[in-house]
Amino acid sequence: MREIAYDDLVKSVKAMVMHTASHLPEDALKAIEKAYREEKSEVAKSVLKQILDNAHLASEEDRPLCQDTGLAVYFIKVGEDVKVVGGSIRDAINQATEEAYKEGYLRASTCDCFDRHNLKDEVGYNLPAVIHFDLVPGDRIEIEYAAKGGGSENVSRATVLAPAQGKEGIKNYVKQVISDAGPNPCPPIIVGVGIGGTFEVAAKSSKHALFREAGTPNPDPDLDAFEKELLEELNKLGIGAMGMGGTQTVLAVHIEKNPCHIASLPVSVNVQCHSSRHSHITL
Amino acid sequence: MAEYHMTTPLSDEDVSKLEAGDIVYLNGTIYTARDAAHKRLVDLIEKGEQLPFDLKGSVIYFVGPTPPKPGEPIGSAGPTTSYRMDSYSPILIEHGQKGMIGKGKRNQAVKDACKKYKAVYFGATGGAGALIAKAIKSAEVIAYPELGPEAIRKLEVEEFPVTVINDTHGNDLYEMGRAKYEVKD
Repeated sequence: MREIAYDDLVKSVKAMVMHTASHLPEDALKAIEKAYREEKSEVAKSVLKQILDNAHLASEEDRPLCQDTGLAVYFIKVGEDVKVVGGSIRDAINQATEEAYKEGYLRASTCDCFDRHNLKDEVGYNLPAVIHFDLVPGDRIEIEYAAKGGGSENVSRATVLAPAQGKEGIKNYVKQVISDAGPNPCPPIIVGVGIGGTFEVAAKSSKHALFREAGTPNPDPDLDAFEKELLEELNKLGIGAMGMGGTQTVLAVHIEKNPCHIASLPVSVNVQCHSSRHSHITL
Repeated sequence: MAEYHMTTPLSDEDVSKLEAGDIVYLNGTIYTARDAAHKRLVDLIEKGEQLPFDLKGSVIYFVGPTPPKPGEPIGSAGPTTSYRMDSYSPILIEHGQKGMIGKGKRNQAVKDACKKYKAVYFGATGGAGALIAKAIKSAEVIAYPELGPEAIRKLEVEEFPVTVINDTHGNDLYEMGRAKYEVKD
């Protein structure tokens, strides 16, 4: 059994969280630069220019890209032959999140869902982190992280279609969700689509789909073709950067599929704003 | 599409000349408020009590900034989504507010209030929080410090860049822009 020290885990995750708040990853940056080159609307182009200027400034001066520094969302694959010594993995992730958000001057955004008071003083600063664990073979811990903002989360939707609605039904549903969202989720956006599974599996897949590097092909050729078709359809909506009208509304569509019940076709659409702050480490 | 440089407080004359799509660089004092602070302001108006700042000619920025680093006036400070303020904005506009800064769609009641009482809704670039913070020269919490990032702050701004989304004539840049670039099959 391989061992990883609790403190080392905290240190690595904390560094990743702090860095991600102010450094837009290369995939997002390249996708926005491409949108800037291809945009036809002058107004939308000026918005994309501001977004790029902001990314460079944030990185140079180590400032948060956006004031919504998100809820901390993790997908963690834990190898069956690795053990964290000195504490639990969940505690390490939460500790790293809290320390990074505090020391990085990031915003604490977790609150009680009814009375809306901020949970920073009782549960912890921007805690609890949202953690999805998976147990896998091997002796590594693989951690994918995203700082997920609220504006794009608010327009995300899920449904269960009838199997007969098929791909056409999925396409219409995704198009409706993005059309209704309009300017609200801070376009240009990345659209994560989770298909199949049960209701919650579709939702989780749509979130995980957002972690893939934008611009990389889907390993499944059929899904890759479907992603490209959806991308083209969605960019016909004309929403444009920050909704001001334009040809570049969606930077990428990412699909994950799962086997599902013979009676169901679950579909979930999770939207990611242009400030696609994600990162990953393997320990 | 015109470009203006304006200083708060804004007058009826200032806002009436603005058209959806115009770029405006704002100077002077603006106030921050999100949902929780809006609710409190509207409660005060309904009770006939005094507000923590003068609404007349005011511009309110929908923002919940990150904490400032030592020696800086404010952290990253981009706009939040505006629809959450839709049930409160018309009442504030009726009582003299002239400008709102946020991002995303407003409802018909807000657009009607902009037309009837002469006010405008400005859009700032969401996710450009580091860049926008450069236009904010000072920040002071003037009410509801217990709300943390949602407290009301008085900001002094210089050349704060915004785009007119909803003007006093009933135009909506989101609808106009999209109609222009939408490809119908």
